[in-house]
Amino acid sequence: MNFRTILLAGAAAIALAAPAAAQVKIGFITTLSTPAGYLGEDARDAFLLAVEEEGGKLGGVPVQVVVEDDKLKPADGKQIAEKFLQSDKIKLFSGIIFSNVAGAVVPTVLEGGGIYVSPNAGPSNLAGKGCDKNYFVASWQNDNLHESAGALAKKLGYKNMVLLAPNYQAGKDAIAGFKRLYGGGVIEEIYTSLDQTDFSAEMAKIRAAKPDAVFQFHPGGQGIAFLKQWTQAGLKEQIPMVVASPSLDNRIAEVVGDAAIGIAATSHWNVDLPNEENKKFVAAFVAKHKRVPTSYAAQSYDTAKLIGAALKATGGKLDDAAFRTAMLKADVKLTRGAFKFGSNQHPVQDWYEIKAQKGADGKVGLVTTGKVLENHADVYAKDCKL
Amino acid sequence: MQLLIEQILNGLQLGLTLFLLAAGLTLVFGIMGVINLAHGSLYMAGAYAAAMVAAQSGSFWLALPAGLLFAALLGVVIELLIIRRLYHRDHLYQVLATFGLILFFNGFVAFAVGRPPLLMDVPKALSGFVELIPGVPYPTYRLAVMLTGLAVAGLLWFIIVRTRLGMLIRAGSTHRDMVSALGVDIALLYTLVFGLGALLAGLAGLMIGPIRSVQIGMGEQVLIMTFVVIVVGGIGSIRGAFAGALLIGMVDTLGRAYAPTLLKLYLTGSLADGMAGALSSVLIYVVMAAVLVFKPRGLFPA
Repeated sequence: MNFRTILLAGAAAIALAAPAAAQVKIGFITTLSTPAGYLGEDARDAFLLAVEEEGGKLGGVPVQVVVEDDKLKPADGKQIAEKFLQSDKIKLFSGIIFSNVAGAVVPTVLEGGGIYVSPNAGPSNLAGKGCDKNYFVASWQNDNLHESAGALAKKLGYKNMVLLAPNYQAGKDAIAGFKRLYGGGVIEEIYTSLDQTDFSAEMAKIRAAKPDAVFQFHPGGQGIAFLKQWTQAGLKEQIPMVVASPSLDNRIAEVVGDAAIGIAATSHWNVDLPNEENKKFVAAFVAKHKRVPTSYAAQSYDTAKLIGAALKATGGKLDDAAFRTAMLKADVKLTRGAFKFGSNQHPVQDWYEIKAQKGADGKVGLVTTGKVLENHADVYAKDCKL
Repeated sequence: MQLLIEQILNGLQLGLTLFLLAAGLTLVFGIMGVINLAHGSLYMAGAYAAAMVAAQSGSFWLALPAGLLFAALLGVVIELLIIRRLYHRDHLYQVLATFGLILFFNGFVAFAVGRPPLLMDVPKALSGFVELIPGVPYPTYRLAVMLTGLAVAGLLWFIIVRTRLGMLIRAGSTHRDMVSALGVDIALLYTLVFGLGALLAGLAGLMIGPIRSVQIGMGEQVLIMTFVVIVVGGIGSIRGAFAGALLIGMVDTLGRAYAPTLLKLYLTGSLADGMAGALSSVLIYVVMAAVLVFKPRGLFPA
């Protein structure tokens, strides 16, 4: 190779790189395999839908979304984040579903000079003292989910409850969050194991304890198994159940069918929220993917919209305070309606009461029946010094 | 007292379900010397085939043979294409190849069927309750699962102890070369055994489908517990798998049911609840360790 070809190759490389400089790369690390893979799939599909609707752009800025599967393993997520930061020079990240993966990836991204916008997980350790200028949560702080369920249980007048959650950090947070706004009596807290799929021992105990109602947090497949067995054990007719949205998403409702009917649930979003942005999103998602979106999809779509609004304001620049200022304005219409960021860059939003009902097509779906909390923030915001 | 009896029934039911899975796994290992991590995939295959046929036809009774047949056929195909090449290899190769199969099947289902879990309901005829103990309704379907487990145990015992096929299986596991020198087609025998193991895994999958969730990765969730069962029972022994399954099912269920009550004698409310959760999830491993200390080859070594 002589000197001239090297020069030519260099020139060609620069020429090729030039248009790419205007394009913002987004690293989307999410859970696509394991039984929880359908959660990450909904998040990915909704994020890509937002990009596709703008013809490959967000907020008028061309973006390239690079998706990788974290396999629900914190170590895998961290490795992907390092690769994205170092080899792919990606600065903007999103996608993580699970708090334990977020716990490994988010610090890696922030230390590497990146920005992270969460479409789902909002662990407490990153909401208080551990908050960061470049860390935004577009979904909720984890506790909020269960606080809203606690508020609903209080509203429904339950006084003696049994609470169940898997024995890991998010499960313990769920029970703590629930109790914060519930305020009634707790007969027993039952911690199940994270890989458990048979709940007959727990259900026999609940039957004997005769509580007013039960609160349970079992997302994805565990929730499906729990609801099926609850009905099969004949407890559905005897004891009311209160849950937060991860334990009763649209996919769970479709799969368990009648077993979901009658459960009191809470969420910050639902398919039937009457705002225009939501109607458009649900119609577009159903048309493209032939399935009803879950809240994982809606949150991820909102995440893309928030990123889009910030990119629009900065003209695609990520490397100064301007992106943060623009992000915090949240100057865009979201599928859930009213939304703003609190002082710790976590959402302040409304929480709704939802119920499973059989639709005209015989399929079970979720309908919104009221509001439980308004402009609700999280308790960790006061510990965050930004 | 009522509660205790109900919990014992629950333990029996979990144990008999585990037995369906463990029987196939232990047969394949004991007779063919193959560690088959993809056993969980065969369990998933049975559940998926049954759930899809049930969704199309609306009948559990059509789904049942469909699930069994599909799992058994898939088992035979896997044996012919892959497992057959691994008999003379080290266990590490077997682990590697069958782990690869897990990844392949999970990926294939995500591609061909989709990631959302499938709907599968208890058949109408079995959806009620039976009052075995007055005042405690027990789901008929769970009772049916228990009876199926018992029937399979009886049938396996009969096949292995009383039939010519069983004799060949027993002989093949200890004196492989001698059996083939006597003119028995040992390759065919192994294919049959592997198919039988797959059929049992498929049966477990489709029986459990209506109780749990039919989804990708459902096999891996039960695989670890199944391995605990066959290690406790003695690898390769059907009798051991039966005893191990009942022991593990019972310990797991009763542990979850009574650990909090016992701990509350010494600790206060929330702390006891948290500790009990941690304790009951490791209890089966403690039992396994204890068994291995006193009987390193399991309760009923083959």
